[in-house]
Amino acid sequence: MLAVNGVFKTFNRGTVNEKTALHNVNLHLKEGDFVTLIGGNGAGKSTLLNCIAGLHEVDSGSILIDGKDVTKLPEHKRAGILGRVFQDPMEGTAANMWLEENMALAFRRGQRRTLKWGISGKERELYRTLLSRLELGLENRLNVKVGMLSGGQRQAVTLLMAILKRPKLLLLDEHTAALDPKTAAKVLALTEKFIGQEKLTTLMVIHNMRDAIRFGNRLIMMHEGRILLDIEGEAPSKSSPLRTCYSVSGRPAEPNLPMTASFCLEFFSRKTAGLFPSGGAGQKDDNQGKGKYCLPLPACAAMFHQSDCDKAAPAGG
Amino acid sequence: MLQILLAAVMLGLLWAVMTIGVYLTFRILGMADLTVEGTIAMGAAIAARAIIGGINPYAATLLAILGGMAAGLVTGLLHTKLKIPALLSGILTMIALYSINLRILGKAILSLLRLETVYTVFGGLSQIPFFADAGIGHLVPVIALGLLCVPAIICILYWFFRTEIGCAIRATGDNPQMSRAQGINTGNMIMLGLVISNGLVALSGALIAQQQSFADIQMGIGSIVIGLASVIIGEVLFGKNSFFSRLVSLVLGAITYRVIIAFVLELGMPANDLKLFTAITVALALSLPELKSYLRPVVTGLKGGAKNARGKWSL
Repeated sequence: MLAVNGVFKTFNRGTVNEKTALHNVNLHLKEGDFVTLIGGNGAGKSTLLNCIAGLHEVDSGSILIDGKDVTKLPEHKRAGILGRVFQDPMEGTAANMWLEENMALAFRRGQRRTLKWGISGKERELYRTLLSRLELGLENRLNVKVGMLSGGQRQAVTLLMAILKRPKLLLLDEHTAALDPKTAAKVLALTEKFIGQEKLTTLMVIHNMRDAIRFGNRLIMMHEGRILLDIEGEAPSKSSPLRTCYSVSGRPAEPNLPMTASFCLEFFSRKTAGLFPSGGAGQKDDNQGKGKYCLPLPACAAMFHQSDCDKAAPAGG
Repeated sequence: MLQILLAAVMLGLLWAVMTIGVYLTFRILGMADLTVEGTIAMGAAIAARAIIGGINPYAATLLAILGGMAAGLVTGLLHTKLKIPALLSGILTMIALYSINLRILGKAILSLLRLETVYTVFGGLSQIPFFADAGIGHLVPVIALGLLCVPAIICILYWFFRTEIGCAIRATGDNPQMSRAQGINTGNMIMLGLVISNGLVALSGALIAQQQSFADIQMGIGSIVIGLASVIIGEVLFGKNSFFSRLVSLVLGAITYRVIIAFVLELGMPANDLKLFTAITVALALSLPELKSYLRPVVTGLKGGAKNARGKWSL
């Protein structure tokens, strides 16, 4: 479905601010894959999504979506096969246009726009039905300017717009990061519902480690422009990410995931030392792994931070 | 008095066409397009030159529109293809148009006296005793054409901006990032918006030149400010709820601006100070939201209640 082959991307090349955002990134998604993508700030997650969406031109390498080479296509020409939701709720909708007009814009994604009416009566019914699925009471507010809606509502609408025309690939760029915890959970639940119902191939950047483990069938971790970790498997149960890792480590290593098993162990044993008290085995592996896998550890540190915050929040409150 | 008022309405109707053009770029696309300073004179120049050359005045006006559209396209190309900032693209085209307009005109001023214009068809109206006796006979044909032309333009634009392409242009001005994500070629939409806008401005220039019976190389100077003043006056005084009422408010704004100008001139302000007056008006109008927040505590204090103050200052 998606093939990212040897993609390099450097910003501000030749200046003091030169920053390698993507370094030889290879990523292949199968039809129906729901991938969560994690990594610290500056890891290259958003850059990767933006390169797939066409915001940035890649320096080298190629990007294929559904077998079609889109490497050189401008952003608006790729839009027909992509659904996107951005981090900033303000970014995904046109604030001064009506809700139904926003939906109508999304409904015509990838089509040639003509001098026909921008929205038809039949569509309105469709939008009403779809908006009622959000359970936010928006189905009766078609003629409200989107700018009047709350951030959470706008994000839910953006999500609906992204899947209105079934995309070949859904790109979610930390789309719950700017929302309060309750709204974020609601939008995430909607996301999961829609992806499940429509069986959408999805690449979701997420900051929260727990959600990254909870959602999807595959987890990818990036650090300094490289993919460090790529775990595949059914969505693990919430309570025991550690066990999941062991089960992964028990599997024969796949050729394209060279350090998955052992790195994963180290990653989680360190991370969960405090979070999951029963980490005896993990500790042992950790000691064995020390030194050998020191390279990825700073990356983990970035991840721990977020999880620690998660842990601290309920305790503090 | 009636004469002054009607003369202001007449000018307002002609400038309303230009105001609508300025509105398209300023409010819908969210950019200040200075091309219009050159385009309005270009519309006048093309129409005048063509009429003197013996072309039917309606065809001449159409040529003027096409000329304006071409100017808009140049600005659009500079901005979207060559990535020159919008303001600078407009300035570049405007400066270039000055030379081009001089070439079209051949000299600084071209007279259209005693030539057939678009208003000649309505000449019969000025002979009607009712108008002739009131001393407004010469104004009536222009107002008649304006009353035909301006509503037609409003209806066409109202329809256009509800179509798929029109919606795409509005979305581009509103949120370009989102528009691209929805598959809209934002560069093309900006160009299309500039083309339509400058076509309207050139039409306005052509109509004005035929009304005043001459085309002047200088007539564009300050026109963007007049356009902005009209847009803002319209918004402040006549509301901005629906798109249709916004379009109507632009026309009313343009007329109000002319009435204000006629009024201050009547009060004895030297005509040379007009541009200064306009600039100050626009500066005040643009800073209104900021001024309101400064003044609110004062007003609240004076009124002794926030309820009244709010009603008063929300205009």
